[in-house]
Amino acid sequence: MSAKIHIIFGNSAKKTMISFVLRLTLCIFASMLTEKTMEKLRILAESAKYDVSCSSSGTVRKGKQGMVGSTVGGVGICHSFADDGRCISLLKVMLTNYCMYDCAYCINRRSNDIKRATLSVSELEEITMEFYRRNYIEGLFLSSGVVRNPDYTMERLTAIARDLRTVHRFNGYIHLKSIPGCSQELLNEAGRYADRMSVNIEIPKEESLKLLAPEKDHKSVFTPMKMIQQGVLENKEDRKKYRHAPRFVPAGQSTQMIVGATKESDKDILTMSSMLYGQPTMRRVYYSGYVSVNTYDPRLPILKQPPLVRENRLYQADWLLRFYHFKVEEIVDDLHANLDLEVDPKLAWALRHPEAFPVDINTADYEQLLRVPGLGTKSAWLIVNSRRFSRLTSYDLKKMGVVMKKAKYFITCNELTSQFSQPIVGINELHPERLRPLLISKAQQKRAAEEQQLQIDFGE
Amino acid sequence: MTIYVFDGTMDGLLTAVFDAFSLKEEPQELLTEGDALPLFCDHIYQVTTDEEKAQRVWTGLEKKLTREAMKLISVSWLSEVKELNTPLFRYICKVFRQGDISKNFADPDVLAVTNIARRVLHEQLRMKQFIRFQKAKDGTYLAVVSPDHNVLPIITDHFSDRFNDQPWLIYDAKRHYGFNYDGKTVIRITFEDEAAVPFSLENGKLNEAVLSNDDQLLQDLWRTYFKAICIKERMNPRKQLQDMPRRYWKYMTEKQ
Repeated sequence: MSAKIHIIFGNSAKKTMISFVLRLTLCIFASMLTEKTMEKLRILAESAKYDVSCSSSGTVRKGKQGMVGSTVGGVGICHSFADDGRCISLLKVMLTNYCMYDCAYCINRRSNDIKRATLSVSELEEITMEFYRRNYIEGLFLSSGVVRNPDYTMERLTAIARDLRTVHRFNGYIHLKSIPGCSQELLNEAGRYADRMSVNIEIPKEESLKLLAPEKDHKSVFTPMKMIQQGVLENKEDRKKYRHAPRFVPAGQSTQMIVGATKESDKDILTMSSMLYGQPTMRRVYYSGYVSVNTYDPRLPILKQPPLVRENRLYQADWLLRFYHFKVEEIVDDLHANLDLEVDPKLAWALRHPEAFPVDINTADYEQLLRVPGLGTKSAWLIVNSRRFSRLTSYDLKKMGVVMKKAKYFITCNELTSQFSQPIVGINELHPERLRPLLISKAQQKRAAEEQQLQIDFGE
Repeated sequence: MTIYVFDGTMDGLLTAVFDAFSLKEEPQELLTEGDALPLFCDHIYQVTTDEEKAQRVWTGLEKKLTREAMKLISVSWLSEVKELNTPLFRYICKVFRQGDISKNFADPDVLAVTNIARRVLHEQLRMKQFIRFQKAKDGTYLAVVSPDHNVLPIITDHFSDRFNDQPWLIYDAKRHYGFNYDGKTVIRITFEDEAAVPFSLENGKLNEAVLSNDDQLLQDLWRTYFKAICIKERMNPRKQLQDMPRRYWKYMTEKQ
């Protein structure tokens, strides 16, 4: 093997190649995986699962000769869906769940009595590669508890990313968690190997964060975010001059906020998201409904179940911000600081703004169409394309997949009456307060009520 | 009512378009041989597939339509569903009469073809998601699938690009053919004696004799991971089924 490499790389590279070959031999011939690894993987996956981010989107990178893997861009590929319905795209795992911090909301806080484990570097690399080759995953999402100090931890994460890229010739997706408080140099190195990096804000307001995580503050979160952004922007400039300059965090960064652990309103959360989306490299903000993991801590609320409806509404609002040209002030304001749990944010906006309707399907521009409840980006695109050929009727819309049950109160088409709205009664004729109950299903009402109110369990 | 009957091939369909124009007819339906005829049809025409005519129609179509629209037609054909024949036939006829109508989704035929193509593309994505390889002793990675639509031809590029240094074999158990990648090129293969293959067509599992040594452990690792990553407080089997329908489960390691 060494002879072969010798031929390929020539004499000068021989020295470095020897260590290279040794490591390669280790990886290829002596599998490090045992039954013990399985237990470690179980513990560390369970520690990592509360981090929501999973997407493998944002970079298109074709396969390269001599390397394994590619990234597809678009929305990425989800390789499986766990029993909780969440997508499994990346191997989401922690390097270790030992942590020196004591954040109240985190399962891995140092005062928790849970099983701790650490995966060895070679184990983790082998699992990643073997999983990838079997098409189980799109890549690796690596995070870690903070051990010794941030720099030490970040260095180990970086080392794994570097090994995967240079030794294992891995060309798939790598998402690295940036450890708050690590140095700029380490971050710059990590960014060269990672596709996406992320720092979690967790709590949108600093005073609540300090209450729950006394060792953290917003500065420790925003500094690495700034550093990543800086790196990406500098890299962009470099690439204008040198086309083959290696890319730096090409898929941008993401972050996450916990919902329901503190008293922040949806307005606080969404204002923060909107501010973040204003930054050039922020691609996704995730919302994680708080799961009561540390029930003994008096600083945290006791929830019967995670606030799933609220989380869902926040994601819907997030979509409105990113794809529907909404501004955050339109979705939440002082009067409506929390999102309506019974109706989705777009419908809630429409009910507050009857003056914007009805929208004429045949003449309104794309932005206006997007604001109609029941119309999504896909159907708006279909409408804009199709109406150049003929005027559209509500029958056509129904065929295209528009949710007419909702949309019919907000639009006019190329007809006086139709079988879907006979006679035409729009939002302005009905008034929002009478329309609202027509659009809420019993199940939705029940779900929302259950989440807002604690119920007394009388037993049998 | 005029009805055309063809042999079920793409060439046959294109020939039908050619004949409809040369005979100056506007058939309402295009059926395959053996389909039940509707009650009131006064004129039935049997299409004889002619490659040359088909080629002429295809070239003509290429001049009228964008590349994207042509791709959509090819993709929709992979669906192998009978409901496609008539809409696709009428769609192509309309293109020659009215020009590029590929974006007129108010037209029922265009919409039907587009929707079927979309279904095929969706299944193609699902194959990229849910294909699970097992490693054999000789280093080949094997996956067995049985998709609803014939999507293998459009996913091989993805896999040969991604796993360009590992030989793999993806086999369609429903259509009895597969694609093999040997490290350089992808070739279409069929087995002479399907009963003798070293893997099960029901669940895609490789026989233990040919399964590589550490593969069982890795499969167990993956199952462990799959179980561990789920948050019990958020159980949502409905969402899981929506995104990962049960018909794909039988070949998936984590669900076996």
